[in-house]
Amino acid sequence: MTKTFSLNVNGQVHSIEADEQMPLLYALRDEFGLNNPHFGCGLAQCGACTVHLDGKPTRSCVTPLAEVGNRKIVTLAGLGTPEHPHPLQTAYVQEQVPQCAYCINGWIMTAAALLRDKKKPTDADIRTALRGLKCRCGTHMAILRAVKRAAAMMG
Amino acid sequence: MTRTMTTIDKPASFSRRTLLQATGALVVSIGAPMTLTSVRAAESGAATATKPPLTPDQLSSYIAVNADGTVSAFSGKMDMGQGLSTAFRQMVAEELDVPVDRVKVFIGDTDTSVNQGGASGSTGVQNGGKQMRAAAAEARHVLIEMAADKLGVPADQLTVKDGVISAANDASKKVSYGELIGGQFFNVHLDWNGEMGNPLYAPGKAKPKDPKSYTIVGQPIPRDDIAPKVFAQADFCTDIRVPGMVHGRVIRPAVAGAVPVQVDESSIKAIPTARVVWDKGFLGVVADKEWDAIKAAKELKVEWSNPTPAFPSQSALYDHIRQAPTRKREVEGKPVGNVDDAFKNAARVIEAEYEWPFQSHSSMGPACALVEVKDGRATCWTGTQKAHFVRGGVAAMLGMPEDKVRVIWTTGPGSYGRNDADDCAADAAVLTKAVGRPVRLQYMRDQGTGWDPKAPASVHRARAALDGSGNVVAYDFLSRGFSRIDVNTNGSKPWDTLAGQNLGVQLKSGDGFGFPGESYGFANKRAAWETIAPLLDRSSPLRSAHMRDPVGPQICFASESFIDELAAALNVDPVAFRLRYVRDPRDLAVIKAAAEKAGWQTRVSPRRDQRGNSVSGRGIAYAQRGPTRVAVIAEVEVDRGSGKIWARKFAVAHDCGQIINPDGLHHAIENNVVQATSRTLWEEVKFDANSVTSVDWRTYPILDVTEAPEAVDIVMINHPEIAPSGAGEASSRPVPAAIANAVFDATGVRIRRAPFAPGYVKSALS
Repeated sequence: MTKTFSLNVNGQVHSIEADEQMPLLYALRDEFGLNNPHFGCGLAQCGACTVHLDGKPTRSCVTPLAEVGNRKIVTLAGLGTPEHPHPLQTAYVQEQVPQCAYCINGWIMTAAALLRDKKKPTDADIRTALRGLKCRCGTHMAILRAVKRAAAMMG
Repeated sequence: MTRTMTTIDKPASFSRRTLLQATGALVVSIGAPMTLTSVRAAESGAATATKPPLTPDQLSSYIAVNADGTVSAFSGKMDMGQGLSTAFRQMVAEELDVPVDRVKVFIGDTDTSVNQGGASGSTGVQNGGKQMRAAAAEARHVLIEMAADKLGVPADQLTVKDGVISAANDASKKVSYGELIGGQFFNVHLDWNGEMGNPLYAPGKAKPKDPKSYTIVGQPIPRDDIAPKVFAQADFCTDIRVPGMVHGRVIRPAVAGAVPVQVDESSIKAIPTARVVWDKGFLGVVADKEWDAIKAAKELKVEWSNPTPAFPSQSALYDHIRQAPTRKREVEGKPVGNVDDAFKNAARVIEAEYEWPFQSHSSMGPACALVEVKDGRATCWTGTQKAHFVRGGVAAMLGMPEDKVRVIWTTGPGSYGRNDADDCAADAAVLTKAVGRPVRLQYMRDQGTGWDPKAPASVHRARAALDGSGNVVAYDFLSRGFSRIDVNTNGSKPWDTLAGQNLGVQLKSGDGFGFPGESYGFANKRAAWETIAPLLDRSSPLRSAHMRDPVGPQICFASESFIDELAAALNVDPVAFRLRYVRDPRDLAVIKAAAEKAGWQTRVSPRRDQRGNSVSGRGIAYAQRGPTRVAVIAEVEVDRGSGKIWARKFAVAHDCGQIINPDGLHHAIENNVVQATSRTLWEEVKFDANSVTSVDWRTYPILDVTEAPEAVDIVMINHPEIAPSGAGEASSRPVPAAIANAVFDATGVRIRRAPFAPGYVKSALS
């Protein structure tokens, strides 16, 4: 059923009329032009579409608009900017992490929640928190280095 | 709210504006007054205000100096995320003596680059870089000649620093590249070898620099495309939108080979703007909104034909490969000695067979393409590895001449060969033609995994003859499998695309496989391959093609496992055994370097000193891939109870000649090792009689981050004096055998079938 939704994305309020069963991903990409969350699987299996809903990493490809409510949405673009980068973004550039880079939303948004909630995570903490995310190019070693580097920056 | 035109105005998508700026032509087109300098330049014949034709024999096809002194470099090679653009920037900056940040690279646009084969066989630096280096050297030579004229100083008394040419003995006599030619084009012929694609080479008269003088090549210059991606400012091919665009989806049958016989359009009439496109075996939908197109594809009622299921049961795959008629056999070069006689006279014969499954590219996102037809010209944005070839496929689907089609490569969701990208571009073209509007088509996950061209499944048989003293006197290696070019490496021809085959074009299945890359000096030696026909001759989800290091990992899995079996049978340490028989000095060097890095202890495999559930072991494998060589040592832990393997640590020694960018090379090697570990431990395309059943990340699992190695230690051997060779794939090749050999060392059990998934390993251990 089509309804009007008012969504707070990266601090800006957007309104759309859309099918309430439409996943949030399509609103972000096609309606608001926020291309950073990617379609990877549409099944919550890979993480390429990950955004924060009230700070919680969420797979936007399986989150119907009807379930978003008034939670605040933050995408990779809202996490930091070149002028005010999130430590993970800084670390990603310093470690030159991505190959194709299509997967990075999942890793960065998930790791950002980990580093917010846990100071000085161990290698096992990091691996466990990132479990299930996919990177087909095999950049796992660089991802782990970058998360550790960001953790160190955040003290 | 959509980002329509602003999106395609960004450099990543080469808007007309960006392009003109990049080539410097904007200055000319708005009628900038000709300066004395540029008039002189034009008079010299080396510069022209109008761009020469985009042909391989023109310097302007590769290099332009812009009015502001920056340099634009153009290539028909593509950077799939391994840092090729940065390597190009370094090679151009080095030859031209300009700072590296003054060079911008434009790749994979058929309007600005010639067909250099696209991303293909790790030849980006090897061939594309070679051409870039030759072009930049020629450009510097031409600019010096122009400066000599202008300054009245002999060319051999001029020096260049940061794009400024000055007299060696009088620094006040100087002129910049920008002043000499900026905003115009080189008008210089190159000595083109007449080839297109990978072998294209067109050097000028100038000789590139002596590597001893390098200051930029060999440095770890960071990639300039990473920050924009990390800050969500870069467009992927999935992000391109144009005005009037609709979204498309294609519909594949549940039974491979089935075609629609009845389509009930009324079943989607409730979905706004949804339309059906049905032509013979081709079936798709379009809608204004992406979600509506997805719903329409899902809800459309289709009655399919009922073909006889084409596939054998999964468990019968390898027997099928053994028993199917041989379609083509090829023996490598001239066999050494007399293999058959040597086997007849052997004191002992050792033989073994190895099996490798179909594997899927399963790129991070399913393929996406956008095709627009406007004013008699078509444009296609795609993540393909081979834009210049996709041009032909798109032109054929649109029924337009190729020269009316422009293909613009835009970063895609990962690419390791002939994945689903080329099929997607052709499908998008069919939809675009049918609906008369630009169509953006992205496949769904099940199509990206289930319907991409697959890496071929194969069986490999190795035999060795030993004499009475335990010397290997003969070696015979045979690969037998589906062809690596059942569909070609690109979608330039309708018969190589699903769209073409669905529209009734007959598949023209090609034959190709490969040989082991090594230098074992056995007195009698033969390697061969045999291909068999595909399981289904049209629109098959098991059609086979190129995937990262095409057929390399599977052949090396067999050949280097077998070498290990020989070492074990003869009670010789696996490294020592290789050092005894390997002949090539650079091969020996990587084996020794890897062993040293890993702290290899000389002893015979397997270990027999471990009790308990968890056991560990180490294994080595090595390979040549073209001129590149790699040795890999794996350390594994095996849980005997569950059969689960953790590839805990790798030591890699890599020699690709001259290293352009050690940081980029390090990442390429590391990522290849992890991806190849995934293919070794987990990856197998499952199918039943009807179709492929590996359709997502659950049914096609890959290595999880919790299973990533603890360390990948890499030794990069640099040979500045040897031409750089490919590094994009070589380090994938020895990984499966290194892991298999380590598992043998740990358990005493030889795993001869990939993937080494826990269930299979557990049964092999019991």
